[in-house]
Amino acid sequence: MSGAPEPARERARLRWQCRRGMRELDLLLQGFLDHAYDDAPGAERAAFQRLLDYPDPLLLEYLLGSLAPGDREIRDVIVKIRGAAAA
Amino acid sequence: MNARGQEVERRRFDTLVIGAGGGGLRAALQLAQADASVAVVSKVFPTRSHTVAAQGGMNAALANVLPDNWHWHMYDTVKGGDWLGDQDAIEYMCRAAARLVIELEHFGVPFSRLDNGKIYQRPFGGQSQNFGGEQAARTCAAADRTGHAILHALYQQNIRARTHFFDEYFALDLLKDREGYILGALVLCIETGEPLVIEAKTTLLATGGAGQLYRTNTNAHINTGDGMAMALRAGIPLQDMEFVQFHPTGIAGKGMLISEAARGEGGYLVNREGERFMERYAPHAKDLASRDVVSRAIATEVREGRGCGPEGDHVLLRLEHLGADVIHQRLPGIQSMVGTFLRIDPVTAPVPVFPTCHYTMGGIPTNRFGQVVAPERQGPEEPVIGLYAVGECACVSVHGANRLGGNSLLDIVVFGRAAGNHIIEYLKEARYHRPLDPESIEQPLARLARWDERRGGETVSGLRSELQRVMERHCGVFRTEEVLQQGVLEVRELERRLQQVTLSDRSRVFNTARIEALELENLMDVALAAVSSALARRESRGAHSRIDYPRRDDEHWLKHSLYFRDGGALDYKPVRMKPRTVEPFPPQPRVY
Repeated sequence: MSGAPEPARERARLRWQCRRGMRELDLLLQGFLDHAYDDAPGAERAAFQRLLDYPDPLLLEYLLGSLAPGDREIRDVIVKIRGAAAA
Repeated sequence: MNARGQEVERRRFDTLVIGAGGGGLRAALQLAQADASVAVVSKVFPTRSHTVAAQGGMNAALANVLPDNWHWHMYDTVKGGDWLGDQDAIEYMCRAAARLVIELEHFGVPFSRLDNGKIYQRPFGGQSQNFGGEQAARTCAAADRTGHAILHALYQQNIRARTHFFDEYFALDLLKDREGYILGALVLCIETGEPLVIEAKTTLLATGGAGQLYRTNTNAHINTGDGMAMALRAGIPLQDMEFVQFHPTGIAGKGMLISEAARGEGGYLVNREGERFMERYAPHAKDLASRDVVSRAIATEVREGRGCGPEGDHVLLRLEHLGADVIHQRLPGIQSMVGTFLRIDPVTAPVPVFPTCHYTMGGIPTNRFGQVVAPERQGPEEPVIGLYAVGECACVSVHGANRLGGNSLLDIVVFGRAAGNHIIEYLKEARYHRPLDPESIEQPLARLARWDERRGGETVSGLRSELQRVMERHCGVFRTEEVLQQGVLEVRELERRLQQVTLSDRSRVFNTARIEALELENLMDVALAAVSSALARRESRGAHSRIDYPRRDDEHWLKHSLYFRDGGALDYKPVRMKPRTVEPFPPQPRVY
């Protein structure tokens, strides 16, 4: 293995995880990764990474605000993602 | 040899399926259940394929809500496709639909129910009873998650049947021997950057559409026409690529749909002068005119300088007059979508909109068994041995010049299953793998290596944006000879500039920059196919609407286009007008 250092690889991996089956999710998740992820505290980054494991339809409901997740950290990062959406 | 001079790893399967949406998974399941060894290659995790976005449902003449039968469904599909669809394939699809809905239910798809316990069916546009009579209700849905439910059920069934998944692998090129047999593909592991040869007796392309050709589109970012471009590079033509379905009201610059419900509730469109311009284009129906009419009107306003915003590149959808209560109660999804992406509340501000690319009717030509067919010595539809294609990347052609809502999910399960069955029969005869010519591996490896050698000032994202703008302007809903001619020139110029793209990252591990460059290369090939086919077709039919040739011309153009990458040549073949068992539906005016 060679090439990019670990943090860059990790970011590239996350970038690929942001590729979803719906355009809405692509724009919201990649927008957060591009504009807000680097400045986010560790717990928020961890919550974002957990969020990426959710199935697409549930993610869409959370991110468009038609459903609220029970997990507070997930709820907080969703607010941030929505905030970054129109940036 | 790979980049370090080592032998490229090889794996062998009976069948390689490229793409893990509904079409690919349905075929894979058929094969795995018949004890074939099946590999599915997907560039994203399978349940993140674009099938997940299909919310509407799947058509089948179950007659659970209103009277219905498959023959009426067949008529509607032929008419919806403006008589360009192949009637043998359409008959096959419509006849199979009811059985396949039941089968999906047995696989675990939770279709919504009526009070009497039968599967619920909703009415969609273009559905009729008795060959053009009263509205029919033909679309079966699992709430608004039909695509997700189908994808999830098929994935689980494949896991159970021991289908082998290569998740996050990108398919580079088909492997072909000198006699024209397709023997698998060279793929790239996205995580390690290592190429892998997957040898297969049969290969099925199920890579979805190419919505990323356009700046404003409804598609996921993964829809970059990969399988279509692989077919082109293997010398196979693409069929009917000029037929691209647009929806008139996408969020400008973003693409997501704002459904007709917004205009149905009383919303209307205005240009920069505040004029309700639809009154000029459709004095009677105005904002509720058909999709193609509204799309063309918006594009015309923008082209003639009456667009809104600093770039003048969209029009506005006004909903404010409906009031907060109506918007909140009847259009909540639109309100949250617009609020999220534009920070606009439609109660107080108009919404910028522009026609958005939704679906590609054209694709890799196949017969109703999913076999890829191309002109050869014996005729225009000779099977390419060992190669199959299904779903949006294919053109079987059941959608003809325009797809009806609810027919795309049906298409993928019907022809996914049909291809699986045909492959099972083929495998009974093809007991051994044919020898692989090393040259067929070297070519795609060399193509991959060239990306590391390129030097120049171009970037992938910059060039992709330019391509999307050129396609929107020159191969969108506003089409004339002059506009399309300019489009061909501009895409050719972008193709030349592709050679000057420098990769921002040359590492191997999780190099998404390289994958995006390969996707752009695919998009460029597919763009040329679309714009060249559109320039040649001098008529208006279905989704292909020429301002300078406003009428359908059956005498000269009741035929399928075939675009070849080599020299950009075009050829044509007849539409299959003869169904399998019933009388043909002869061309008529398409009036609703």
